[in-house]
Amino acid sequence: MKIMPCPLNGPRNIQEFICRGEVRIPPAADASAEAWAEYLFYRENKAGIVREWWCHLPTTFWFIAERDTRTDEIIRTYTFDALDESGSGR
Amino acid sequence: MPLRLLRFGLGLARPDTRILPLPQELKPHYDVVIVGGGGHGLAAAYYLARQHGITNVAVLDKGYIGGGNTGRNTAIVRSNYLTDDGVRFYAESMRLYQTLSDELDINLMYSQRGHLTLAHTDASIRTMRWRAEVNKHLGVASELIGPDEIARICPQLNLSRAVRYPILGALSHPVGATVRHDAVAWGYARAAGRLGVAIHQGTEVVGFAIEGGRITAVETTRGRIGCGKVLIAVAGRSSLVCDMAGFRLPIRTVPLQACVSQPVKRFLDPIIVSGSLHCYIWQSQRGELVMGGATDPYPLYSTRSTLDFKEGLMAHMLELLPFLGEVKIMRQWAGLSDMTPDFAPVMGKTPLSNCYLTAGWGTWGFKATPASGKAMAACVADDRPPELIAPFRLDRFRELDQLGEAGAASVGH
Repeated sequence: MKIMPCPLNGPRNIQEFICRGEVRIPPAADASAEAWAEYLFYRENKAGIVREWWCHLPTTFWFIAERDTRTDEIIRTYTFDALDESGSGR
Repeated sequence: MPLRLLRFGLGLARPDTRILPLPQELKPHYDVVIVGGGGHGLAAAYYLARQHGITNVAVLDKGYIGGGNTGRNTAIVRSNYLTDDGVRFYAESMRLYQTLSDELDINLMYSQRGHLTLAHTDASIRTMRWRAEVNKHLGVASELIGPDEIARICPQLNLSRAVRYPILGALSHPVGATVRHDAVAWGYARAAGRLGVAIHQGTEVVGFAIEGGRITAVETTRGRIGCGKVLIAVAGRSSLVCDMAGFRLPIRTVPLQACVSQPVKRFLDPIIVSGSLHCYIWQSQRGELVMGGATDPYPLYSTRSTLDFKEGLMAHMLELLPFLGEVKIMRQWAGLSDMTPDFAPVMGKTPLSNCYLTAGWGTWGFKATPASGKAMAACVADDRPPELIAPFRLDRFRELDQLGEAGAASVGH
């Protein structure tokens, strides 16, 4: 069993979570269709450390996880507020 | 025959024919450099030489040929897709596969055994009826069948109603087949090599020299190669290689795990798939049960194995074939699937004028090997995608003109 450290619920079985992809800045509401297509479909798909949205399904708690996609290691998890404070951008 | 075999076994003489020519030095320039020595890259090399007379071609692979997803898929070929464009393309691939053993002079063990996609919900019955009609309209054998007919084709299946997801019907695809996947890579490589194509194993691409919107040279771990044109055919690593070429893709790389059981006496003829239960199974010529399920739940560039996969797969498999409880798993592996948002591949031109791409093959790439190779060879030679693959262009995502093949994926993703 792989464990995901949830900022709200503590360490839990990773099967209780869903990965919802890279943390990215959405385009402005009046952006072009092409900009929206880019946002919706295109991905960095990096081999290395990625920052992603995850959700703990039983509590619908959303948070951010940093993982290494080469080694399947979870490096750290934190809430959306902490992302803002770290100034590392969305 | 036995006498010849005995004489060969005891004698010292060995044939001096090799599948691949001896390793050569890299030449300073090739007309076409193909990145990736899997089935798709090797097939494209073969058709470039055979159909288009372009033989100054190099196929580069960072490992060995067929060592990636070509040797990691579960060897099933079928053409019962959902969109017109998909069905036409995969039907052409099956047509090429049927005579490929002869063409390449290698036994691909093409084995037509029938393919059943089980339905456990009204929604899947509806999608299957839709698929069957699209398939028949385009000349592909495909029919929605009920439990009586399923029991006739595969009496081993547990058709009891006293299970969590009773079997309500199935999409029957009598021409569904299995093909020995390694031999596809070897056959194309040998045939391409005989026509003059250079196959460089252990040669990793580490960068591209780009000038004025075109690739002028390919940087490898063995040195720099000048190139006329470049074809990228690297499956799960497409995003990484295209990043070196300076453009992004609508692709996520997700592992797909599979396993085989210990060999048992032959009892199962058809290929059995259940989309709702996320599992599929067929029995190999060696008697092993080849089994797989859905892709992993999150993106990863690692081919590690997980217990979650095996638990999830077996829980459902035992509902379909309860007696498998006695059978042990023998081997397990994973491949890296390049998943697109619409479950259809990406084939054709790229933002660079002399660079071509075949990618987004997710969990459906092996069955497409001959058609992809042939079409991409034409695309590279003519600098224009043939009509068969035009709908699969990379730009379809920016133009909001996707293909919507999710309903025909074998198992959920």
